Amino acid sequence: MNRSSEQFEHSGQPGQSGQSGQPAGRWAVTGYAALHVLLFVPVVVTFVLVKVSAILVVVWVGILLLPAVLPIMRGLVGLHRALAARILGAAVVSPYRRLPGGLLRDLHTRATDPTTWRELLWMLWAMTFGFVASLLAVVLFLGVVTWPVWWYGVVPLMRARAAVDRAILTVGRTERLERRVRALTESRAVVVDHSAAELRRIERDLHDGPQARLAAVSLSLGLADDLFDTDPEAARRLINEARGTSSAALGELRDVVRGIHPPVLADRGLAGAVSALAIDMAVPVELALDVPHRLPAPVESAVYFAIAECLANTAKHAGAGRSWVRLRHEGDLLRGEVGDDGRGGADPRSGSGLPGVAARLAAFDGILSVSSPSGGPTVVSWEVPCVPSA
Amino acid sequence: MRPLRIVLAEDHALLRAGLTQLLEAKGFAVTASVDNLTELERALDDPDADAAVVDVRMPPTFTDEGLRAAIAVRARRPGFPVLVLSQYVEQLYARELLASGEGAVGYLLKDRVSDVGEFVDALGRVADGGTVLDPSVVAAVLDRRRDTPIDRLTDREREVLALMAEGRANAGIARALVVTEKAVAKHINSIFAKLDLPTDTDDHRRVRAVLEWLRF
Repeated sequence: MNRSSEQFEHSGQPGQSGQSGQPAGRWAVTGYAALHVLLFVPVVVTFVLVKVSAILVVVWVGILLLPAVLPIMRGLVGLHRALAARILGAAVVSPYRRLPGGLLRDLHTRATDPTTWRELLWMLWAMTFGFVASLLAVVLFLGVVTWPVWWYGVVPLMRARAAVDRAILTVGRTERLERRVRALTESRAVVVDHSAAELRRIERDLHDGPQARLAAVSLSLGLADDLFDTDPEAARRLINEARGTSSAALGELRDVVRGIHPPVLADRGLAGAVSALAIDMAVPVELALDVPHRLPAPVESAVYFAIAECLANTAKHAGAGRSWVRLRHEGDLLRGEVGDDGRGGADPRSGSGLPGVAARLAAFDGILSVSSPSGGPTVVSWEVPCVPSA
Repeated sequence: MRPLRIVLAEDHALLRAGLTQLLEAKGFAVTASVDNLTELERALDDPDADAAVVDVRMPPTFTDEGLRAAIAVRARRPGFPVLVLSQYVEQLYARELLASGEGAVGYLLKDRVSDVGEFVDALGRVADGGTVLDPSVVAAVLDRRRDTPIDRLTDREREVLALMAEGRANAGIARALVVTEKAVAKHINSIFAKLDLPTDTDDHRRVRAVLEWLRF
């Protein structure tokens, strides 16, 4: 199955490990120490492989070796990251840069990714002092007479080791801020572009539509005024014409207004506006809307237009028999999805629709993802952090 | 016969003056002309008022207070005729207005006022207990093609139902479709039968048929 799935994210995929929860007890901690000891040999072997491949880059062979070896290192480090997270009872996160695709470019990205270097440094620690700490924890347990020491000492010892693991592997405050600034700069540029394009579109719509028609109305009325005494029949015809034209102008203004901020959204909020949208659809839309409070207007608007875009795509391309919209606001996260049972194969990168929607959501740190294997179903889902407005 | 006493709610001064002028020129008495929700609610409690013409968007929040006030007054005074005017029409709101199933309700775009004859006619029909929906709501419903009981209707019956939704009486429908009134009555009976509408007064069945039709 040709499964096309795409994540729109602006900060790259985080290499996240472990759930936040309770710190591990002394039995669990000892188990993890034993795992550390068992993983010592793989760590050494991987370290050597990475070093050798890096040196062999000089004679080109390394260029082929590194792409094979680096993922092994990532996997192994990921495992240790998970162990540290369990010992500390807190997530250990270190983001990787997004790979651009292509052998050489991927390699370049990996080589310049600070996380890669941090992982190499961590391996040095894990083969020396880190290893000694874990070995000590295991030995204290195995050497029966040392149990009192093990009883009191193993948890602080292993927590100290995990803390060093975390300190080496996770990004520092400065780097985190740098990343944030980069992501914000990127999304701001996209949003500014997007809103400039919107303004241009609105200007054009107003200029070509209502403005032109109102000019025609005023022309007709002027002519009618002129003919009033000499040819009242013609004047009446012109007035009728002006009435028709002003109605058309109002109709176009309504369309423009709907494109800027739909009145029903202002009146009823997200859930009401989505219900109204669903009524107008030719394909039946199942709704599961759980948004008890009004949300900040910019979020409501961005999510409304996201849903409108998805439903419009469904109507235009999917050939679906049924579609659905789910929205749920919980805590400070608004999750939602639009799906249909149509033919699938939607390309999230094509056209201006979905990328535009993703960019608008990114302005609120929202994430949009599209899953549309050929043969369907198509599901567009998103998560936007937001707190209800007062 | 005394003129119909109308409560008019419209927050835009120019439109309010224009509507007052138009209504009085056409033989209605505008007993109250208000520009906000509080005054509208007070005016609607006046037992002498015969009908109301209400704008959807008004102070204080400029959202849908006019619509809510219309629905509320009809809960207090069932069958009180209300004609709702708006800059835009939503099928959602049309359903809400019709939901009580009592008729005597209208929902029109503001620009329909420009056709004075039609507008006065619509207000008269609403005051008589009829239902008048804006042609654009009717057109939007016609655009949808869904697998529903409405599909049991023939094309001609659907045309008749659409004209009923716009609030036309049998004679008007007959004129629009160039058929006899008798033929229209036959179509309407067939529509009622196909939509399983129970025997009732004719007006209520008409409202229900339209409501049923909006639902799909």
